Amino acid sequence: MPDPGPRARASSWVGFRTLLGKEVLRFWKVAFQTILAPVLNALLFLLIFSHVLDRHVTMYGDIAYTAFLVPGLVMMSLLQNAFANSSSSLIQSKITGNIIFVLLPPIAYHELYAAYVIASVLRALMVGLGVLVVSLPFVDVSFAAPGWIVAFALIGGATLGTLGMIAGIWADKFDQLSAFQNFLIMPLTMLSGVFFSIHSLPDIWQEVLRINPFFFMIDGFRYGFFGQSDVNPWLSLGVAGVFFLFLAALTLVMLARGYKLRS
Amino acid sequence: MAVAAIRVDQVTKHYGTLRALAGVSLEVAQGEFFGLLGPNGAGKTTLISALAGLVRPTSGTLEVMGYDVVGDYRNARQHIGVVPQELVFDPFFSVRELLRIQSGYFGVRRNDDWIDEILCNLDLLPKANANMRTLSGGMKRRVLVAQALVHRPPVIVLDEPTAGVDVELRQGLWRFIRKLNRDGHTVVLTTHYLEEAEALCGRIAMLKSGRVVALDSTQALLRQFATHTLRVRLQNPEIGCTLGGNPDVDGWVDFAFDVYADVEPLLGRLREAGAGVDEIQLGEPDLERVFVDVMNRA
Repeated sequence: MPDPGPRARASSWVGFRTLLGKEVLRFWKVAFQTILAPVLNALLFLLIFSHVLDRHVTMYGDIAYTAFLVPGLVMMSLLQNAFANSSSSLIQSKITGNIIFVLLPPIAYHELYAAYVIASVLRALMVGLGVLVVSLPFVDVSFAAPGWIVAFALIGGATLGTLGMIAGIWADKFDQLSAFQNFLIMPLTMLSGVFFSIHSLPDIWQEVLRINPFFFMIDGFRYGFFGQSDVNPWLSLGVAGVFFLFLAALTLVMLARGYKLRS
Repeated sequence: MAVAAIRVDQVTKHYGTLRALAGVSLEVAQGEFFGLLGPNGAGKTTLISALAGLVRPTSGTLEVMGYDVVGDYRNARQHIGVVPQELVFDPFFSVRELLRIQSGYFGVRRNDDWIDEILCNLDLLPKANANMRTLSGGMKRRVLVAQALVHRPPVIVLDEPTAGVDVELRQGLWRFIRKLNRDGHTVVLTTHYLEEAEALCGRIAMLKSGRVVALDSTQALLRQFATHTLRVRLQNPEIGCTLGGNPDVDGWVDFAFDVYADVEPLLGRLREAGAGVDEIQLGEPDLERVFVDVMNRA
């Protein structure tokens, strides 16, 4: 009898690793589109803003605007690409129907979650690192507390990778995913202090920004570069951590119940 | 007693007010070649999807090799390979990459020997390194079959695997599936090609509106439902019609009969009535007639 035997549990680690590897290959095979293009976009932002504002604006007292901008651009690219990775993978698989190849095997829902999110974090880190590296010839960037940089890069990538999963599972067509991206992710990212310090805003807008969890991710990330930030980095880490845990729990519940994946 | 390859017990599935499965119960023994037939919308794909864990039953239980598809889904899925009805593929990868990935999903590493054997049997070796996008519809269909087999599942479910596949490829596919069945794999097949089901399946279940309306061995179904046909070409076909025949074109008239002993008396009556028999053909009972009969009665 061709019975593979009770190897299902022993092999689940292989299943997870394979899914992770496949998700990484998926974006790596089109690296021009998924890594180099976002790096080029960020570089253009940097060149334009540095040309227009660098001589006129300083931040935190004596930090050149371009130097202030770099961590924001790195984090913005990182967040947007983490979201794009998991959301595009899921929506494409759902619409073409090949999601079935992930749903048929004995891969647990938490393994599915981990594979998609880790792949998103890897792409986000590659893009973030790429933006940082191409910025260095143009801007004098300091690294005051590298541990914070790594911590916020990881938690930011994981959070947006998770949000991408939620969007990818929820959306039934590209139009809905685009709405999620343009009306939620984009405003939250752009209005999070990428281009400015909240102290340069009127009080009312400062309060509005303080309810945007993306602000805490970018502010904490920036602390790692300058040793200065708008709010205490521990508070930022706490807010970002709670936000991530909430989204992760929501996604795991969606996957466990088979929401929009298993009818 | 050996555990059943598939056990379905009182399974219902509702989509809002639509009842896709209405209390389906059946068992498939290990090593069987089992047919699941029914018109479109009968619930075949829903039942297969429930076995594969893609659809969650509203009530009832399903087991694959004794493993509950919900409670022990890892073991259940490890023991089943499903060829989906839709022609789906991942455009990022080549055939070999896809099969390696699918092997890994099922926890199988270093599987290239078996992958090569599948590719060879499905006549896909020349396309092993081709991207999925470049393959024809028939080739993509065969890759779907290969993907379902990479982890050597004891239970293989084929949901209309020959739709859109040409005759030569279809025959090759059935040779391979028959070999797997001889090697001990249980095969469950849904198809609209009833002659395929008749030739391949030892037992058949027919579904209509989410219910099992017939479940027996293929031979028993043929004996139970179908009648033989005496087809005669008459000089005066209208006389044949008055004797209970069904007229066809060119003077042909069909008569149904149960046993061969009925043939001679029937021909005698035609002679006596002056129908003028020019040609005779005998038709064996076939599954298509059984299918139509069962569906009309249900």
